[in-house]
Amino acid sequence: MKPRSPIHPWLMLGPSLAAWTLFVFVPLGLAAYESLFAWDMLTDPVYVGGANYAAIAESGELGRILGRTLGFSVLVVAGSMALGLGLALLLDRPGRFFAFVRGAIFSAYVVSWVAVALLWVLLLDPDRGVAASLLRVVGLPRVGFLTDPRAALVTLAAVTIWKITGYAMVVFLAGLRSVPQSIHEAASLDGAGAIARFRWVTWPLLKPTAAFVATTSLIVSFQAFDVVRIMTGGGPARATTLFVYAIYEQVFMNLSVGRASALAVVYFLVLCVLAAAQLRAWHSQTVGRRA
Amino acid sequence: MSLRSRRPGLGASLLASVAAAIWILPYAWMVVTSLKPLDEIAQDPTAPFPKHPQLAAYREVFELVPVGRYLLVSLAVAVAIGLLQLALALPAGYALAKLRFVGKKTAFALVVACLLVPAQVTFVSVFLMFSKLSLTNTFSALVLPFAASALGTYLVRQALLSVPDEIIEAARLDGASEVTIIYRILGPLLRPTLVSVFLVSFVFHYSDYFWPLVMTTDDTVRTLPLGIALLKEPGSGVRWHVVMAGNVLLSLPVLALFAIAQKHLIRGVAGRS
Repeated sequence: MKPRSPIHPWLMLGPSLAAWTLFVFVPLGLAAYESLFAWDMLTDPVYVGGANYAAIAESGELGRILGRTLGFSVLVVAGSMALGLGLALLLDRPGRFFAFVRGAIFSAYVVSWVAVALLWVLLLDPDRGVAASLLRVVGLPRVGFLTDPRAALVTLAAVTIWKITGYAMVVFLAGLRSVPQSIHEAASLDGAGAIARFRWVTWPLLKPTAAFVATTSLIVSFQAFDVVRIMTGGGPARATTLFVYAIYEQVFMNLSVGRASALAVVYFLVLCVLAAAQLRAWHSQTVGRRA
Repeated sequence: MSLRSRRPGLGASLLASVAAAIWILPYAWMVVTSLKPLDEIAQDPTAPFPKHPQLAAYREVFELVPVGRYLLVSLAVAVAIGLLQLALALPAGYALAKLRFVGKKTAFALVVACLLVPAQVTFVSVFLMFSKLSLTNTFSALVLPFAASALGTYLVRQALLSVPDEIIEAARLDGASEVTIIYRILGPLLRPTLVSVFLVSFVFHYSDYFWPLVMTTDDTVRTLPLGIALLKEPGSGVRWHVVMAGNVLLSLPVLALFAIAQKHLIRGVAGRS
């Protein structure tokens, strides 16, 4: 039985809903509205209908931003999940040393993006960086990690993976620890080796965890901004201009509120589609597990 | 027999050492570089140790950036956001978990919807709102947009679902008001959840770069991550020892907090157990 409350429940939700209305719902509507105007924040806005959308779509810029951001996200999500799962399996062992390594990896997730981005700009510097001198030692050619348009996006993805793998690892560790010992013991008694046990016991039970990690790291990778702004400024040749950076650029460099808002609206719609697809996948996983 | 109960073999220990190196050596490099004098960086940028370690770079950071003030602003913003989120999430989570009312499903759907809308979608409009009211470069612009946390509300609701109704009924029979029930009785019961929600929020907002970058144009309420990032921007010839010294100063508070409260942070991040 639910107790009755003398204060109306909507009042208890009131402060939160007020904040969300002011900073989530109204701004969303406002973005849709502003996207129909050409406005440089100096002169008066001019109504242009769908011209902002047409402009970003026709120049091919929208497609390129979307493609880059999706490619970046696929790299980051796949990379951090594979590494995170591998590390979780490797480090789920007793002893202070393994606990220390787990802590070290997770600490990168906690440290500021600014610190991580600045640190990797130094490490990847083509002349004075440690990575460059490692390449020289092994006899590989010089790579412009952040200056070669073909390499820069992959480099940013790698740095992002370094930063957030600790997150995937920690969630996978929590998932691994919820797999009952007795199931492993039973499988061992039946003669299952380590690989068979992972394939047939651990992985099926970890699938909902994997779906959770995939959803959250997809959202994180789609929000990538700090690494872009600090490490490459969107270059070289716009090769690392990801979605959020493109929106930022439109407002604060091109002073085009309309274009920026149009991009933000598209960004929001893409997030919705991705979230819906993932929630559906997640839902079918958990339902499948209960059945 | 699981991997857990077996004694770690040599192979596992070796692999773990490699992983440790990949994650720890970059930090070590940050510290080493910050201790080098400028001429050593110029001559041999990849020397593993400084020949004459010195703290000159740190002194320079303090001269270039008002570290104390920026740090104070960052801490104040992060604490204010964390406390506001707890204060708002408790009653909202309570209503969603324990009360019956018309539109409850809609209310819960709104919370989940907010989970899916990151600040990166709304920042243009929010920036325009604040600048119309001449409120950019204020503490409010940094704090208020994050006062309500959808994730915090969701986690508080989940935690409250496992609190027995009898506790609330007994408190009502004793004449406790709803406010007392929420903050004095359920608050302490949910301590572990609240600590985790606070810490995750604190760590995120202390380190946040995006929002302060968008909402501030001058020095009034600049936060430490912005100040440190600016060390790299003054054009010609980046003075890496100074930038890395700034990095160390920026990372130390969070790493210290991490060392003390690792367990709570992990629980908050993993969102379960």
